[in-house]
Parts: sequence; structure tokens; C-alpha cells
Amino acid sequence: MTAELLLWCVAALLATGAAGLLLHRRPMASAAVYAASLAITAAALTISARALLSPASLNGVISLPLGLPWLGTHFKVDALSAFFLLVINVGGAMASLFALGYGRHEETPGRVLPFFPAFLAGMNAVLLAADAFTFLFAWEFMSLSSWALVMAHHRRAGNAAAGYLYLLMASFGTLALLLAFGLLAGPSGAYDFAAIRQMPPAAAVSAVVLVLALIGAGSKAGLVPLHVWLPLAHPAAPTHVSALMSGVMTKVAVYGFVRIVFDLLGPPTWWWGAVVPFIGGITAVMGVLYALLQNDLKRLLAYSTVENIGIIFVGLGLALAFEANEMQAAAALAFTAALLHVFNHSLFKSLLFFGAGAVLSSTGERDMDRLGGLIHRMPRTAFAFLIGSAAISALPPFNGFVSEWLTFQAILLSPTLPQWLLKFLVPAVGALLALAAALAGACFVKAFGFTFLGRPRSDIAREAADTDRWSIAGMFILAALCLVAGILPGYFIDALGPVIEAMTGASLPRQEQLDWLTIVPIAQSRSSYNGLLVFFFIVLSASLAAEAIHRWASAAVRRSAPWDCGFPDSSPATQYSPGSFSQPIRRVFGSVLFRAHEEVQMPPPGDASPARLQVRLRDLPWDVIYAPMARAVAYCAERVNALQFLTIRGYLTLVFSALVVLLMVLAIWQ
Amino acid sequence: MMADLFVQFCEMLVVLGLAPLLAGYVRTLKARLVGRRGPPLLQPYRDLLRLIRKEVVLADSASWLFRAAPYIVFAATWVAAALVPTFATGLLFNYAADMIAIVALLASARFMLALAGLDVGTSFGGIGSSREMMIASLAEPAMVMVVFTLSLLAGSTQLSSIAAFMQGPGVGLRVSLAMALVALIMVAIAENARIPVDNPATHLELTMVHEAMIIEYSGRHLALIELASFVKLLLYISIIGCVFAPWGIAVAGQGLEAYLVGLAVYVVKLAVAGLLLALFETAIAKMRVFRYSDFLGSALMLGVLATLLLFVSRIA
Amino acid sequence: MITPLAFDVAHLFAGSLVLVSFMLLYQDRMTGLVNTFALHALVVSFSVAWQAYIQQAPHLYITAAIALGIKAIVIPVVLHRMIVRLGIHRTIEPVVGVGLTMLAGIGLIALSIMVMLPITAQAGTLAREDLAFALSVILLGLLMMISRRNAVSQVIGFMSIENGLILAATGAKGMPLVVEISVAFSILVALIVIGIFLFRIRERFETVDIHLLHEHRGEQP
Repeated sequence: MTAELLLWCVAALLATGAAGLLLHRRPMASAAVYAASLAITAAALTISARALLSPASLNGVISLPLGLPWLGTHFKVDALSAFFLLVINVGGAMASLFALGYGRHEETPGRVLPFFPAFLAGMNAVLLAADAFTFLFAWEFMSLSSWALVMAHHRRAGNAAAGYLYLLMASFGTLALLLAFGLLAGPSGAYDFAAIRQMPPAAAVSAVVLVLALIGAGSKAGLVPLHVWLPLAHPAAPTHVSALMSGVMTKVAVYGFVRIVFDLLGPPTWWWGAVVPFIGGITAVMGVLYALLQNDLKRLLAYSTVENIGIIFVGLGLALAFEANEMQAAAALAFTAALLHVFNHSLFKSLLFFGAGAVLSSTGERDMDRLGGLIHRMPRTAFAFLIGSAAISALPPFNGFVSEWLTFQAILLSPTLPQWLLKFLVPAVGALLALAAALAGACFVKAFGFTFLGRPRSDIAREAADTDRWSIAGMFILAALCLVAGILPGYFIDALGPVIEAMTGASLPRQEQLDWLTIVPIAQSRSSYNGLLVFFFIVLSASLAAEAIHRWASAAVRRSAPWDCGFPDSSPATQYSPGSFSQPIRRVFGSVLFRAHEEVQMPPPGDASPARLQVRLRDLPWDVIYAPMARAVAYCAERVNALQFLTIRGYLTLVFSALVVLLMVLAIWQ
Repeated sequence: MMADLFVQFCEMLVVLGLAPLLAGYVRTLKARLVGRRGPPLLQPYRDLLRLIRKEVVLADSASWLFRAAPYIVFAATWVAAALVPTFATGLLFNYAADMIAIVALLASARFMLALAGLDVGTSFGGIGSSREMMIASLAEPAMVMVVFTLSLLAGSTQLSSIAAFMQGPGVGLRVSLAMALVALIMVAIAENARIPVDNPATHLELTMVHEAMIIEYSGRHLALIELASFVKLLLYISIIGCVFAPWGIAVAGQGLEAYLVGLAVYVVKLAVAGLLLALFETAIAKMRVFRYSDFLGSALMLGVLATLLLFVSRIA
Repeated sequence: MITPLAFDVAHLFAGSLVLVSFMLLYQDRMTGLVNTFALHALVVSFSVAWQAYIQQAPHLYITAAIALGIKAIVIPVVLHRMIVRLGIHRTIEPVVGVGLTMLAGIGLIALSIMVMLPITAQAGTLAREDLAFALSVILLGLLMMISRRNAVSQVIGFMSIENGLILAATGAKGMPLVVEISVAFSILVALIVIGIFLFRIRERFETVDIHLLHEHRGEQP
């Protein structure tokens, strides 16, 4: 029943997309399409939430006579897909709500309106798919529709290149997934998930499948070093689509990984639990360091997505490590941490992108060097963005902290693992995670501080006005969810119970009966956290302090020019700039990791022209992996190019020799 | 239950009451060590009183965040301090936050303060925030590694359980613990803006960090921030005390006498720690800004090493 | 059977030796390097003396005394003088990235613990631990030798390796010829130090001309 309803939702989204294609010239088209998307995703959200809360009602595979005639297409909803459907439709509904206002600024609605619902439909279809063919078809549909959205503003500098790179990486990832499913299907060609589950592959094969799944899903999610397209493509799309791509589509990639590795692949081997967390830890640190060095607000957010994907993969990898050693309770903890972070990240990343979009639509700027002071002009956006920044920096009492805390708790269970490599590696990954969390704090101080605080750095920032009601509503709902998920995490953990149970065979103890809604992953004496009490205490002591101050202290306030150590300068150019903010951290980490190179060009003495500081950074994965690959491809293409200019006799020789070779192969084969 | 609640409130009040005294004590000691008379012991209280009686001078470009930040910073720091067992374990709200959460609460306070430093839009605020976040980006993971070491050893991230474990017979002398202690002290020095990372006594110097960040604050706002930084110093000393010198801490259910003894021992611990801090600060010179990363990087490495060597210690 | 306290102290000394080895990697000035090495030798001599005490093996006291006398006092003093004569006492050595070296060092420590603990499962607790620590000290010494260009720091790296060997030899109870080995090594080290000393002086003789130094004194008439 559930799957059927959700399929109707997908169909309705596709129909909305078609309507958008036909009607995009009408004045109300934008509002109509987004309102329809909002309604449909809200319906899908309700359905999947109900499915998640009562998983017993889920049964039955729906087969439709579509696609390849001898396969058909199969759809099914289980606890895992119900959870991811929930995440996606929360993000989708909020993006539609935001776009009700934001979409009006779109210059070329014809390039966005048809694809936005199609993109949502594609993501939903990936989660509903219950056979490899449908999965891959939906996956590719999702990739292509998002590619079309990335290319919406293709005339802007850099966007075409971003789209090209995205297309390339997406095809590469799909290829890897195709091979993975090919291996899973085995010689009998069982493409149905249920059939694949029946016959787990041999150890060597499953290792190859793991690597392929890491490449396929990782390239979509943005694991280092497959992340290169992400920070180019995500910001290039219109902002509500950026939010969907960063907040939601990466989660579909996580789903793909979980579905293949946890569900279809059979029991894991212990070294998987070393590889995946290690890649996750590296991804987290590299992602946040890249983010810190950006001055473009949307690109900063996109890089921070890379970081959060890293955190999620650390949790997933730990779950693999524990599961391989049959420590189900610990595996459940790590898996819960990962899934909770999936949910949390979709909330705050969408929120932050919406904030960036609001700034973009009212100032036309993404460059933090030209923003500043917007807290005065856009107070509501600033408030929502502040909550999002605190949440993503893993600060209590918001939700980001809860999932990172759970991940740390899972890491602290690692000494019980029997393998020495894991015993050492997992705490080292913990150190990477701690580093990433601290750097994320610095990163979002920068993002918030230079966009919203200080004095305006350009006229356009001085004149900005707050955004429309719809966008504000979208941001405030998400901000409220961030707080609620932070102070009442027990309910969310309990809701995840069936998913965890299905994937790891155990689940965390029920949290909702505990006193004061504390969360206790293992035992009270070991660790516990109570977001509600922490929040309550902070509010209480802040109001106590305020009360005491207002009773006994002077309430006088005088406004004056800034003190600035006695040398105030009215020019906003004297403020710290985003580049100078990250300079210390760049010096500490960047000189090795990014080969950062600073050059100061001083004018000759007596010359009044300004001195220039130039910083050059190099992207190591790009230099080491992609540039040689591109050169190799270019070299091969150059060589193959000669084939275009053969004589007829030459072509005939080629065809003839190919035929002979094939015949020889056939002869040897028999 | 009621007794626990009472102890919890006492704890919060003790922390708040003693923090300025500790700061004044360290200041006086440092002055004596370099041959000055120094301010009286109670000077910080007077400073705070003076500040809250004065009017607030707000910069024209300051926003609501600038005015709200001191309250949030103070509240987060105070809540974090209230969760550290000082003279007694068995605080009522102990389970609300473990050591990781305490570190994160302090991070929340720092996040707000760094934003406040950027709010007015001056170069000093920016320089302070930027450096503060650089220091935090290394000090926080180092602190987390110390937490890892302790909680892997004690099997818990709750401070009271760790303190109970450290009082027990299963501890012994461990090189991991020694490393964790050194790393924790280094983090404490950096986080509290003490020499050699920052100088709490200077103004108008390009090398300052904390003071640069709060340079636009005045009046009651400044008082709250100062008080929060006093509390933070006390908090770190309390953590070090309750983990590495857990003697004399009263356990829940013991009588009034045990609590009084605990309080007395706690005051003695603070006095000793303050003396050591003053000695250290007098003996050492401040570092250049770009040496911080070496200092804190080695704290982080020590933390990681402590965790690694734990596995050697554990086979006993 | 040894008491827990005896075990703890032995553990503390051996662990501190690893820590000091690690500190050697972190030093960027020659003076600091030599002082840290003196500390290294001091810790090793304490460790050996403690082993002598708990194993009731008086001959180990000789090893401890040699370590203390030669490596903690004589060699550092000689090295200090040499560094001053060569005029390199304030030089910041060209090190290939302190951060990277330290990371590699942590990796090596993890590696040696990971290798040693599983394969020595039959041995006594203390011996296992000492072997793991000794291997870390040796690897760290090697790392130091390959990551530094300066001859003096290479010698110090070599001597820290030797300290690691002594730790391993004394930790394994009943190892024969420990004293002899340590004496032989000390003589070898002394020879190397003297050799480098002579070599460097000859090489630098022109450049460490006292008259040249006078020109930089700044109080010329």
C-alpha cells in the first residue's frame, strides 16, 4: 500500500514536471509548480513517516510491466527506504516552500521548472526501487535531471565546465554501480534485490563490490578524492536546487552505499571497517579545510557537505567493523549515529543553503568579500542562518552535536575490537573527526561572521532587504527542527530503531522512557547526554544573569563610534576580510596539504600604489589523480585521432583484422 | 534527590563565587613573584562591581548578537562548570552532559564570542576571532583526545565515573595518563589565554587574542565576559583536579562532614594549581603567534600518543 | 613475581623513553636536541637501574652507570662544545616538516605496538611491553636519522637507537652479555662522535675562523 501511494507521488511529480515544461511561460507557472511539488512531497513525507513508525505494515513488492520486458520493474518500501524517503521529502518539501518565494527571481524558469519536480521524482524512485535495473535507471534519471538544473544558468562563468565535470563523474559513478550490480547478480543474472540477498557472493567478489560501491556511491556523495565535481556543481544550480543536491541527493548516495553494502552484500569482512572509516575521516578533514579557504558562500557550504559526508561514512564504517566482529550492539550504535547525521545534515545544510540563497537574491552576491552587516538588513535570515551554523558546527544544544556525540561514543567502543589495526585506526579516525569538528566551528564563524556581521563591504550589501515570507518560513521550520532534534534526540533515535534492527540485527535501547529524555546509548554509567536539560540550563542561567544584571546593574546604553583601540577608521575596508580570517589556519594546515604559497608584491619605495598579496593553493587530489588522467586521455585521444585519416584500404584492414581476431578468440574459447 | 539538588546548587554557587578569587589570587602571586605588591586579592570582585555599574558604550555598527553574546557565553560556560565535580560527585544533573558535551559547551561559548568579535567590524575584533578559532581548531581535538584516553581507561565519558575510577585501585602509574595530563595542561593554558599562548594582562598589543576579540565590550557586558573567563579557568583546574588528583572529593550519600572536607580539599587544590600557574607564567616567555601551532600540535600529538600507548598499558 | 608498583615504575620509565624519543623529533635547535638526548640517556639509565633492582641483577647497574656517565653526561657535554666550536648552536635545522615527521612518528609507534604485542603473547607482561617500546624507540631513531641532514643529529639518532636496544636487552629477563653489549656500543658511539668531530673540524676549519667572527661583533672601533 505504502509503495503504491509513493509511486503515485512519483508519477504526480513527473506530471508536474511535464506541466512545468508546457506552462513555464505563464506568469503563475512558478508558483503553481512549486506549490504542487510542496503538496506532493508533503504527502510523500507523511506516508513515509507513517511507514517508518509502523514498519509492520510494509510488505509486498509491486511489479510494473515497464522497462526491460523480461525483468519488469519492482518497487518496495522497507524500513531503510522509508527513513531515506522521509529525509528526502523533508528536504524536498522545504525546498519547494523556499522556492515559492525564491523561484520568482528566476530569469529562465523554463530551464528550472520542468526539472525540479523531475529531480524530486528521480530521488524518490531510487529509494523505491527493488531491483538493480530500476535502481540504476532511477539513479541515472536523478543524475541527469540534476545535471540539467546545474546547467540552468549555463552562461555564467564556470557553470558549463562544472556541468561537464559533473556529467563525467556521474557517468563514472553509475558505471561503477553497474559493475557492482553485475557482480552481485552473478552468472544467473538475478537483478531482483530479493534474489541477490538470497545468494551472497564469495569473499573476493564482495571485496570488489565494496570498492565499486565506494566509488559509485562515493562519487555521488563526494568522498575525497572523488569530490572534485561537487563544490563546482552544487553552487552552480539555483539555490533551492543546491540545497537539494547538497542536503538530499548526497543522502541518496549514502542510501545506495548502505543498500548495497549492508543489505545486499552479506556479512562484512573486518578490513572493510578499516577502509571505510579511514576514507571518511580523511574526507571530513579535507572537506572542512577546503571549506575554510573559500570566500564564496555557496561553495563553502558545498565543501562543508563533503565534510559531513565524511562523518557519515565514519559512522557507517564503524558499523561495518563492529558487525564483522559480531558486536551487534556497537554496530547498532555506530549505524544510528550515521543515520542520525544523515537526517541532521539534510536539515541544517538545506537551511544554510536557503540562507545563502536569500542573501544571493537580495544582494546578488555570493562573495563574502563583498557582503557583511546583513544582520541589520536581513535580521530573520540572519537568525535562521545562525541556528544552522551552530547546528552544523556540532554545538549543543542543536542536533549536529547529538550525532557527532553518538559517533564519538561508537569510536570509544573500539578497544573491544579484536583486530589490532582497528584498535589503533579507530581512535586515530576519532582524532580526525575531532579536528574536523573544531575546524567546522571556525568555518562557520567565518561563514556567518563575514556574511552577516561587521560593516557592509559593498553598496549592494548596504541596501539589502530581507527576503520574502515563503523563504523565511522554509528557513524557520528547518531551524526549529534543528533545535527539536537537538533537545529531544531520544524520539528520533527510537524512530530509527526498525531501520537499525533491519540492517544490523540489533538496536539501541528504547530512549523515550528514560528520565528527562536523556539519551543513553549503552549504559548510564558509561555515557549519557540530555539535550533538553542542557538547553534548559543554558536558558535558565542566561535569564538568571540577565535578571541579575537588570536588577542591580546600570541599564544605561550609549551608542558611539567603535573604539578599535583608539584608531577607528570609518572605511569598511579596514575590517578583517574572509581571506585574512582563514590565514592562520591556512598557514598551519595549508602549507603541507595545499602547497599554499604566499607572495607579496610591494611597490617600489615612494610609489603610492597598493601592495598585493597573492596566495596560490594547489588541489592535491586534482594534481595527483585527475590532471594525469586527463593528460592520459588527451594523449590516447591524440593517438586514436590518427584513425580518422586512414585510406579506405586502411579501414578495410582494421575491420578485417578485428574480424580475424574475434574468430581466433572464438576458436580458443572453444 | 533533594540532597543531590542542593549539592548541585551549592556547586554552581561555589564555582561562581570562587572563580574571581582564583583569578585575583593568581594575579597577586604573579605580582609578588616579580617583586611588585600587586592588587589586593579581592580586586576582581571590585572590578566586576565597577563594570556592572558603568554604562555600556555600544558601537554604532553593533547588532543584537553583540548584546546577546555575553549572556550566552556566560551561561554556556557556567553550565559547563556546573557539570564538573569540584568538591563532590553525585551532582543531580551529572548525567545531562559528559566530558565530550562539556568540551562542546565551551565550544559553543567560544563560537558566540568569536562572532561577537566580528560583529562591530573592526580589525582588532577580526584578528582576535581569527586567532581564537585557529587555537581552538587544534586545542579542541587535543582535548577530545585527552577525553578519549581517560574514557577508554575508565570505560566511561562521565566525569564522575572517571573520577571514581581514578580514586580506585585499578589505575596505577601509566605513561598514557602522564601524557594526557601534560596535553590537558597545554590545552588549559591555550584555552584560558594564558602565557605562553596569550597574555591576559595586556591590551593594545598586536599579539593578543582573547582581549582583542572582546575589545569593543564595556560595562555589564564586559563584566559577564570577564566572569565567564574566570569561570573557565576554574573549570579547567577543576577538571584537572577531579581527574588527576581525585582525593577528597565527597561521594553522594556521605554526610555533611565529607562535603566540608571535600570543599576544603578543593580550595587547597585550587591554591596549589594557582601557585603552579603563576610560577609557570612568570618563568616563561610568550610565543610568537605562528609558534602556537607547534605548541598545540604537540598537545594534539601527545593526546594521540596517550591513546595509542593505552593499549600497551592495558595488557597488565 | 613483581609487585604492581614495580611494574608501574618500569612501565613509566619505558614509556617516558618513547616520549623523549618523540621529543627528539620535535627539536629544531641543536642545543635543545642535545639536551633532550641527555634526558633520553638519563631515562634509559633509570630504566635499566630499575630493571637491575627488580630482577636482582647487579650487573645491570653497570650498564645503568655507563648510560648515565657516558651518554647522559660526557657525550652531551662534548657535543655541546663541538656545536659551539662549529658555530651551529643557534641554527634551526632544515627539517622536513616537523608536523609530518611527528605524524610519521605516531604511525611508527602504532606500528611497533601492533607488531610486537600479538607476536609476543607468550612472554611476560613487562617484557612484551618493553619490547614494544624498544621497537618504537628504534624506529623513531631511524626516522630521525633519515629526516635530518645534520651529522650531529644523525649521531644522536643513532645513539637513541642504541638506547632502544639496551631497553630491549634489559627488559628481557636473563639476557646474556647485556653489559658487554652496552660497553661495546658505548665505545662505538664514542668513536663515531670523535670521528665526526675531527671530520667536521677539518672540514670547517677555514670557515670557523675566529677572525671572521670578530667582524660580526658590532663593537668595532
